[in-house]
Amino acid sequence: MRMRTIEITVGLFMLAGILALAFLALKVSGLSADGSQPTYRLYAHYQNTGGLAVRAKVTMAGVAIGRVSAIQLDPKTLTAKVTIDIYKSVNQISDDSVASILTAGLLGEQYIGIVPGASDTMLDGSDKHNEIEQTQSALVLEDLIGKFLFNKATADKPAAP
Amino acid sequence: MAAVEQVRRLGEGTIEALRSLGAAGVILWQAIVMVPRPRTAVPLLVRQLYSVGVLSLVIIAVSGLFIGLVLGLQGYNILKDYGSESALGTFVAKTLVRELGPVVTALLFAGRAGSALTAEIGLMKATEQLASMEMIGVDPLRRIVAPRFWAGVIAMPVLAVIFSAIGVFGGKLIGVDWLGLYSGSYWGNMQSSMVFDKDILNGIIKSVVFGVAVTWIAVFQGYDCEPTSEGISRATTRTVVYSSLAVLGLDFILTAVMFGGF
Repeated sequence: MRMRTIEITVGLFMLAGILALAFLALKVSGLSADGSQPTYRLYAHYQNTGGLAVRAKVTMAGVAIGRVSAIQLDPKTLTAKVTIDIYKSVNQISDDSVASILTAGLLGEQYIGIVPGASDTMLDGSDKHNEIEQTQSALVLEDLIGKFLFNKATADKPAAP
Repeated sequence: MAAVEQVRRLGEGTIEALRSLGAAGVILWQAIVMVPRPRTAVPLLVRQLYSVGVLSLVIIAVSGLFIGLVLGLQGYNILKDYGSESALGTFVAKTLVRELGPVVTALLFAGRAGSALTAEIGLMKATEQLASMEMIGVDPLRRIVAPRFWAGVIAMPVLAVIFSAIGVFGGKLIGVDWLGLYSGSYWGNMQSSMVFDKDILNGIIKSVVFGVAVTWIAVFQGYDCEPTSEGISRATTRTVVYSSLAVLGLDFILTAVMFGGF
């Protein structure tokens, strides 16, 4: 085969590799989903974050509006301080919104769902307005089962002689 | 008398093993260090990329597709028992990108391209082409070995990435188009659990390491083989056996370092 043809086929081969890498980066790992959009930063404190992980999504009405960027222990209150980056295009989160940790499906990942409130003061990431006050911790299955068993045990007691 | 003979054989075998290890090291060193003049080297490299990479593309693509299809079917049936078919995308992508992509590509690469490299270089040696090259002042390591080595190292990650991409697509064919999974949950769960620098980059690092190992073994076995037809056939067999073992062993070590958590 002539050298030129070989060079062109090798070029196509390398191009296929680059396209496959782009496919893996964009479609499989969703690299473009964050970072490109400008965000502002909010905080929320939780008693228990369960299995919430950094990079977990933040949704409102089921639509992704941001990502969790850090989870730390607040040394003063001994609660979890979750840092949330919200896209700048979403600026309608009032200061009485509720941010709860939810689970997608039975074995799915945990994410933060924000339910908007009725207040006229919007959170914009400035020092005064950057804290979602009302939060709801993750449901921990073991706690639920424990509570259920405890209730059952106390309910059964009067029946015993 | 027999005991002395045994000891002599043991010593001979050890010295021979040490010698070939040293020779392999010298070849690797010379293939890497000798920076060739770009005017002559680039066409040589392109030609080798063609025979090592482009010609392996079909078998890689077809195997990637079938492995993706099988992963889709098996994963769906297993995950269905736990009511979490929606995790199929994560399952397929993690398996392919982290493990099966680099490893299966390297094994196929050893069989398809590594054996060809060994046989080619071995035959050159048997027909004294290498010796005549030296005679006219052309260094066979620079002219023959180095471009083949680098072509293997470059082609391997490209092939592995193509394998993984086609496999993920095959899993989607089964899960979404055939078994009726919602396509949003296939891609969405995949995207939320795959991390570019952790999963995909580590997969690429793995395939580069495998590329070095497989081509190094193939090139060395060809260069070091006994210059007879029997010697070439033995060297070709050794290439496939050694590189498969090296790939699987290295894969364990790399996985332990990357994902083992220490």
